[in-house]
Amino acid sequence: MGYSVHGPKARTGGQGQGLLPKESLYLIEICKGLFITMRHLVRNVFHMGDMPTLQYPDEKPDYGPWLRGRHRLMKREDGSPRCVACQMCSTICPADCISIMAMDDDRPDVEKSPETFDIDLLRCVYCGLCVEACPCDAIRMDTGIFEIAADNRAAFQVDMDFLLNNTTDGVKS
Amino acid sequence: MPDITELLWALGKIGFMLAVILGTLPVMIWAERKGAAYIQDRSGPNRASIGGVFRLGGLIHPLADVFKLVFKEEIVPAGVNVFFYHLAPIIMMTVALSTFAVIPFGDVLLLGTREIPLLVANLNVGILYILAISSLTVYGTVLAGWSSNNKFAFLGGLRASAQMISYEINMGLAVLALILVYGSVRLNDMVVAQGDLLWGFIPAWGVVLQPVGFVLFLVALFAETNRNPFDLPEGESELVAGYHLEYSSLKFALFFMAEYCNMIVGAAVVSTLYFGGWQVPWLTTEGLRENAGTLLTVSLSVGTLLNLLFATGLWRKFQGERGTLGDRRELESGILAVVFLGLALATGGYLLVGKPWDIGPAASAHFATVMQIGQFITKTLLFSWVFIWVRWTLPRFRYDQLMRLGWQYMLPLALLNFVVTAAFVLFTHG
Repeated sequence: MGYSVHGPKARTGGQGQGLLPKESLYLIEICKGLFITMRHLVRNVFHMGDMPTLQYPDEKPDYGPWLRGRHRLMKREDGSPRCVACQMCSTICPADCISIMAMDDDRPDVEKSPETFDIDLLRCVYCGLCVEACPCDAIRMDTGIFEIAADNRAAFQVDMDFLLNNTTDGVKS
Repeated sequence: MPDITELLWALGKIGFMLAVILGTLPVMIWAERKGAAYIQDRSGPNRASIGGVFRLGGLIHPLADVFKLVFKEEIVPAGVNVFFYHLAPIIMMTVALSTFAVIPFGDVLLLGTREIPLLVANLNVGILYILAISSLTVYGTVLAGWSSNNKFAFLGGLRASAQMISYEINMGLAVLALILVYGSVRLNDMVVAQGDLLWGFIPAWGVVLQPVGFVLFLVALFAETNRNPFDLPEGESELVAGYHLEYSSLKFALFFMAEYCNMIVGAAVVSTLYFGGWQVPWLTTEGLRENAGTLLTVSLSVGTLLNLLFATGLWRKFQGERGTLGDRRELESGILAVVFLGLALATGGYLLVGKPWDIGPAASAHFATVMQIGQFITKTLLFSWVFIWVRWTLPRFRYDQLMRLGWQYMLPLALLNFVVTAAFVLFTHG
């Protein structure tokens, strides 16, 4: 539903200047304006679904896969975190919100793995640099979760368990 | 010496008027918010609900507003003049409600041998009472602005006083021309006169006899009620909130309600003076009483059809919404569909069983009265809607533009209208 807007004619000066005689009578123009608003009202009453408003909590906007939502940590096939605790993400993070504690890993093909992986969601600026920096695609921001709210600060300090089980379908599991 | 039954009737009429105004108030607030939303391509308030089921398209929001305002903290700032600060909202509300006393809302009601005029006070000054009382509104505004001890509120009160004085003159002149035409200041006489027909087919409404006067009166009324093109006393982009800036909680609610009361009263006055008041177009009271059977049958059939239409529409909505919201709100349209179906069955059943085309003379008289009251309320609601419609269409005037319009354009026009009307009345009736 595109609305055509007529560009205003260039007019100069103050009261009544540059107005056509029939415009300076006001009443006709007022009636025209009233019909424009009434047209919008009637159209919206009879075509309620065409209104651009989104009934937000019931209808969610679809931002597409490029939205940087709440982070998640990827898993290996055996379920352990893919992260190798290289500290690249926490180094590049401009908000300094990622803190990783590394530990030796006994597995032959894994040198290090994170003991803890905490993100302070209150400090995160959702820039996505951690995702870019990660050498092994262990952290992603593709969950689509953008409603990050809680009533206490502790709820925003998310740990590795939480991040590993952060699913893409928008439901925390 | 008025006996006790007359006193009771007067009280009943006052109660009826109060019920009409105060019952219309939430509907007006709803219409304002919802109408504004639809005009601006939004969907407007639709969240507040009763029991999680009934949202009624946002009609619950005014109720929620009332609860919010009642339970808000009432703050009285330190520097106010306490007496006038508390008096101002009382004046606003009292004035807004008492204007309604002289507006007739129906022809004489016949109960046996008793004749009851359907207006609260049949004053012989009629329209002058309305002009006098509605001028008192400015005291509320000015006192609120001054006693708040706040420069924005004070500016709002100042603007209100200048604006009201300027536009009251135009309003008075428009009404004077109308008094010349009808030869009476009693509102009921005016309404009775508007039941005639011009050349046999046009209702002799004030707007037909006094088109210029109607425009002048309407514009002046907008200024008097501080509604949008003239809402400079509360222009929130310049004066924060204008004269009621320092008011909170229920005192603010009183100002808010008084604004809408003034609107409803203004709409009632316009429809009484210029649109025939309680007169049903082309049907006099006698005509209504004679044809009551036919009219009742027709209106019942139309009512049945409309109810059936609503019921089917709501049922379709219920079917379409099922499973989309995921909670009890989905039930609403279904329940309402059943309610409308019940109404359709009630009206349809009465149509078939009650023989509405064959009602007695007493019932005919009552039917005529009900039709007239309905007509009056319909006209009033339509004009109240005009207030809202104009508000969401026009931008606010600048203050010098407001004064120029009032004094330089409207005052000469009003004087001209008055002189021409006077000359016409003199040559045709004198």
